[in-house]
Amino acid sequence: MIPELGHFALILALCMSLVLAIVPMIGSLNNTPGWVDLARPAAHGQFIFLVIAFGCLVNAFLSNDFSVLYVARNGNSQLPDIYKISAVWGAHEGSLLLWALILGAWTVAVSLFSRNLPAEMLARVLSVMGMVSIGFLSFLIFTSNPFERIFPVPLEGGDLNPLLQDFGLAIHPPMLYMGYVGMSVAFSFAIASLIGGKLDAAWARWSRPWTLIAWVFLTIGITLGSWWAYYELGWGGWWFWDPVENASFMPWVVATALIHSLAVSEKRGAFKRWTVLLALLAFSLSLLGTFLVRSGVLTSVHSFAADPARGLFILVFLAIVIGSSLTLYAWRAPEVSSGGKFSFFCRETLLLVNNLLLVVVAAFILLGTLAPLVFDAMGWGKISVGFPWFSKMFTIFTPFLVIVMGIGPLARWKRQDPAELAKKLRLALIVSISGGLLVALPLFYEGSAWSGFAVMLSLWLVSTLFISLRQRYQYRGGISGMLRDLGSRGSGSYYGMVIAHFGVAFFIIGITLVTQMDVEQDVRMSPGQTIELGKYNFRFEGTRTIQGPNYRAERGTVRVFDHANKEVAVLSPEKRTYLVQSKPMTEAGIDPGFLRDVYVSLGEPLGGGDWSLRLYYKPFIRWVWLGGILIGLGCLLAATDKRYRVAKSRKVAATQGLSDQSVSEGQPS
Amino acid sequence: MHAVLNVKWVTDMTPKRKKRILLIGLMLTGVATAAAFTLKAFNENLMYFYTPSKVIAGEAPQDRLIRIGGLVTEHSLVRKSDDITVTFDVTDNTETVTVQYTGILPDLFREGQGIIAHGKLQGNKLFIADEVLAKHDENYMPPEVAAALKASAGSDSANTKPN
Repeated sequence: MIPELGHFALILALCMSLVLAIVPMIGSLNNTPGWVDLARPAAHGQFIFLVIAFGCLVNAFLSNDFSVLYVARNGNSQLPDIYKISAVWGAHEGSLLLWALILGAWTVAVSLFSRNLPAEMLARVLSVMGMVSIGFLSFLIFTSNPFERIFPVPLEGGDLNPLLQDFGLAIHPPMLYMGYVGMSVAFSFAIASLIGGKLDAAWARWSRPWTLIAWVFLTIGITLGSWWAYYELGWGGWWFWDPVENASFMPWVVATALIHSLAVSEKRGAFKRWTVLLALLAFSLSLLGTFLVRSGVLTSVHSFAADPARGLFILVFLAIVIGSSLTLYAWRAPEVSSGGKFSFFCRETLLLVNNLLLVVVAAFILLGTLAPLVFDAMGWGKISVGFPWFSKMFTIFTPFLVIVMGIGPLARWKRQDPAELAKKLRLALIVSISGGLLVALPLFYEGSAWSGFAVMLSLWLVSTLFISLRQRYQYRGGISGMLRDLGSRGSGSYYGMVIAHFGVAFFIIGITLVTQMDVEQDVRMSPGQTIELGKYNFRFEGTRTIQGPNYRAERGTVRVFDHANKEVAVLSPEKRTYLVQSKPMTEAGIDPGFLRDVYVSLGEPLGGGDWSLRLYYKPFIRWVWLGGILIGLGCLLAATDKRYRVAKSRKVAATQGLSDQSVSEGQPS
Repeated sequence: MHAVLNVKWVTDMTPKRKKRILLIGLMLTGVATAAAFTLKAFNENLMYFYTPSKVIAGEAPQDRLIRIGGLVTEHSLVRKSDDITVTFDVTDNTETVTVQYTGILPDLFREGQGIIAHGKLQGNKLFIADEVLAKHDENYMPPEVAAALKASAGSDSANTKPN
């Protein structure tokens, strides 16, 4: 009964999204306030029905209702409750339902927190979100109904994939979806503005906090995924350039360009057409990501099912969304004023260069991700693009990006005297080059040209940030001035930028040093045997069998000693066999540290108590995720900048500022 | 006022415009070089997939990284007694290639299952793998392997029963 209720709620949600997509849009076009006002209740109604549907599915998992096909496949009565809940999005149908639910939540959030928007504009934004929702809900209802029943009812469920029975992975998909779907807000704002023909600084100001928040989720989601892969897959890797990782990384890269370009559009009124295009691209790539992951066209850990009907549906949906939005763009964008003029060398130009570089990076990832599909479709053979190519490309473009990143925050808007800037940068240049050389030379550390280069880039970022902070210190009149200034407009954005860019500095050191200096060895070990690796000695003390809640495991004991023979860590890697799916799973033993991780995983038993083991020494690996977290936190701080709230409480002032802007740009309003 | 500004803009810009064209030219050259480099590196890093039949027929190159895939033949897994090198046979039910790999096999590696290996050929029958992939699903068959089995079953409708 309850699953039918869920199914019914899903259909009602689709009806609501149809109303939301059609009525307010028409109302806004022919000035019918009654129709425009329908946007908000329709958005809320849609969300309520989605919550009911989602609740019904959660209930089916918690109550072990195996008469529901989806629950029978992915649930199990032995699962701990938390994984019963995360099993809801553990496979295709449920994860789409989660997607739709999150879209509904974003829609409601926009309707609640955008009271300062003109009613028509809000109606259009919500309406566009409703259109996206129609696509996803009909996909759910017509091709992937999570509430389908089976008969005869199995006694026990097929269990959740053991790899997914992990806290990191329980929250990784919702985070990522919050980011993906959040991009629909920027997209809807862009489309709504294109329809209204009014793209101005106010539009950028409205979209900016939404885009920033979506980007925070995307950043954290990707970071979590990387961390999970590291400790759960047992290979010690943290990024594989796997198609599905790329699918999440491409929208991230384009969204990064978008948040920077939005800053220019908001502050200087420039780049508006470009910003709109990025907003369309970011969401299109999010949809493409869904297509790549869910249709099963790419082979990956993440693809759930290969079902041609589903693939076709998403492909058509994708074509409609991208096609119609680009057509609208081509039709309307020429009417957008080009906005604030700026001279050849200034912060705008630097941000433009950063944008171009990011788009180039997104383009090459797209090339590498889609090439196997294209080759296959054209009959050129079955290929895959190797990991080294992606890494090489990434290493070629990122340094330029980082150099520009350092200069950007120090440059002035509109016009910058190169000599003045060079003077400011001189100290940073000295610090970074000498620091880099120090690391590159084998005097103090192990010495590696790449590590030196990475340290140089990081120091460049850090020192330019300090110069920028010092400048602020002088302008604001000392520490007390800076403290007083903390709550003011624009300071959230500024400190957010500083923290996020510091995060990038950590990240660069992390990825380069772990790639350059990690030591890895696959070995055969007998109980009692000691093997030296890097700075440590690893002593294997055999394995014993243990019993988990829903698995059995061989647990090994590995003692790690440093060269002074002092015990550093006792690691307990496991080889688990989950009872229901009888899948073996490797659970790594990790001794985490700020400067290095020691990582051991069990391979296979080789007879006579011997095992194959994988031993790792991974320096600075934590810095990769620390960087990701800092980037996310910085962005969160920027999203909470006071000026967005000020703009909200002073609606009149905002619209006034808007019309001033249009006049000064010579735009007929 | 606006028109005056515009005129001033144009006259001021003329010498700068030349500089601008030069810079745009430089940028285009840069982009072209980058694109050429990207595609060259791309071409070098492409890994083509070959079925055991194609390998035996000598269609696979000897000197570059390729991928091969198929089912692991039952009872073909042999471990060296002193280290962690293994050999096993991979078949598309028509031809068989022996794969040698030093390292830890993935959790889901089993005889009778579909796998994909990255590496280089040595001679015509031995494949030195540097990576072996088995997917995290027992019912899952890598599409390349499924296609290889299908092709093989089509070419000689022998006693093939893919998994």
